[in-house]
Amino acid sequence: MKIVVLVKQVPDSGEERSLRSDDFTVDRDAATKRMNELDEHAIEAALQLVEEHGGEVTVLTMAPADALESTVRKALQMGPDRAVHIVDEAIHGSCAVTSSAVLAAALRTLEWDLVLCGAESTDGRVQAMPHMLSERLDVAAVTGARKITVSGGEITVERQVDDGYELVQAALPAIVSVWDTINTPRYPSFKLIMAAKKKPVTTLSLADLGISPDQVGLSASTSQVLHAAPRPPREAGVKVIDDGSGGVALVDFLAAEKFV
Amino acid sequence: MMAERTGPLQLLDLDSLLSEDERAVRDLVRRIADDTIRPYVADWFAGGDPPVRELARQLGTAGLLGMRLSGYGCAGASAVAYGLTCMELEAADSGVRSLASVQGSLAMYAIWRYGSEEQKQEWLPRMAAGEVIGCFGLTEPDHGSDPGSMTTRARRDGADWVLTGDKMWITNAPVADVAVIWARTDQGIRGFLVPLPTPGVTVSRISDKLSLRASATGEIVLDDVRLPQEALLPGAEGLKAALSCLNEARYGIVWGALGAARDCLETTIEYAVTREQFGRPIAGFQLTQAKLADMTVELDKGFLLALHLGRLADTGRLRPEMVSVGKLNNVREALAIARECRAILGANGISGAYPVMRHAVNLESVLTYEGTSEIHTLVIGQRLTGLSAFT
Repeated sequence: MKIVVLVKQVPDSGEERSLRSDDFTVDRDAATKRMNELDEHAIEAALQLVEEHGGEVTVLTMAPADALESTVRKALQMGPDRAVHIVDEAIHGSCAVTSSAVLAAALRTLEWDLVLCGAESTDGRVQAMPHMLSERLDVAAVTGARKITVSGGEITVERQVDDGYELVQAALPAIVSVWDTINTPRYPSFKLIMAAKKKPVTTLSLADLGISPDQVGLSASTSQVLHAAPRPPREAGVKVIDDGSGGVALVDFLAAEKFV
Repeated sequence: MMAERTGPLQLLDLDSLLSEDERAVRDLVRRIADDTIRPYVADWFAGGDPPVRELARQLGTAGLLGMRLSGYGCAGASAVAYGLTCMELEAADSGVRSLASVQGSLAMYAIWRYGSEEQKQEWLPRMAAGEVIGCFGLTEPDHGSDPGSMTTRARRDGADWVLTGDKMWITNAPVADVAVIWARTDQGIRGFLVPLPTPGVTVSRISDKLSLRASATGEIVLDDVRLPQEALLPGAEGLKAALSCLNEARYGIVWGALGAARDCLETTIEYAVTREQFGRPIAGFQLTQAKLADMTVELDKGFLLALHLGRLADTGRLRPEMVSVGKLNNVREALAIARECRAILGANGISGAYPVMRHAVNLESVLTYEGTSEIHTLVIGQRLTGLSAFT
């Protein structure tokens, strides 16, 4: 089977992250860039499916040119066969909806039975990409998988929900997003690192995909950040001296905050 | 107001001297160490019984065992990539780096360089994968710096060899599946491959040690151990064969020691900027800053030396006395850094909650194993004067 894994370059969530002061987009220059953590689980899921059923794995990303080393090569070092990297200055500031148009156009140029991605990215955390691509490509989207099995042109997914899981089936081709409960991503190895250098990476521009620059970017986005300000410093808490009424004060507080 | 801080190895932008591949290997080993070694190594050290088999499989899967060797399932990495691997492993713990050094540079290298085709096929792929663990028996209780005086003997008995003797301070021995044993024969010193267990071989763990406790160390006693002719390493004739293996391992130590020093220094800088005495961070005192600056200068110089040796090795120009310069300097300076860092941390410096004391006591072993500082000094002296001060 042919699998495409969507990966995203994000600012390292372990570090201080900030927004640019001019257009309030993510300040990529200030950040250490890396592959979105959940995407590693999507790649691992793809590799396991291909190990079981045969086939090939393509990594697809839409990111600035510097994602080649920070994200594309790191993804290939886990074992996928090739990568497609969409690079275009005009994409800067695109919202999820416009991004999905670009990714859908790229997916139309590729052969695939299954598209996998992380359930969310650590920067935007929108969680909507599978649904948007599903609408654009007219295939099923199953989100939040903790287990995927493929049999006879059909996919069965254990979809993780708060109080357990749902069993969802869909015909292939389909789009599935995964949580980190699905697997433990493998480490690269020395051999895979060396092999990753020789794996083909196709670079596509918007023109290659037949998309005009005015259809994407900040100006075409369906949502924009108009203003951002740092969180105000935390205020000192309320101290209640328990003179016998502490329990009542606590319940009043919890009720006022709608915790009970 | 605190300005931006730079890590001790970032000060000179030394990363820019590495290729993208070299950085990728370094990042991989650092990640493995961060995920699977660092969180547990203090406990392994305290318990003195590290999970060597598990570690070996992990390192083998990543292609890090015998990584400089080519063929037989080995990765064929450059000397610099191997050096960076040693550095990242030793930044976690010298004992874990010792496991990889002994497996790859001593046991596997001996088989790869001096073994028969059958021996290579039998042992190397499984050793590269970390499924089989090797050790290297050269040192004896009474013969350390002077291995040429070894008393372990191998005598002919019909078509067989019979080995008798005692090998001491053997890294990996308690868990090893195969030992490279060096013994005196009528034709001089020869190397033998001894599968473990073999009748007549007794391996005991050395538990009473205050250094390298996250490494398995043992004694191997050989009591009339009968081996077939096929156990002989056909290419290894004379002490120089054994010493050539040590040269490989010493090269890794040149890099490894820097890892331990870096970890001490990074820990100490972090500590010094947050630890307040007299109402200010101790890093703000000039005495502390002078120590931090001096240590960083030595660390960065050591890195440049290691990288120089690595580039020489990758172009086939590395000579043993050059490795002696590297080992002498880098281990000596790493130990000085670890001791200084220990002092800056005050009482916390002796706590197992920080890695500094562990690195410091580990480096005490690294200073004397694989050639003591004195021996490396004499190797350099001999090269400079043409006169041997050994005998």
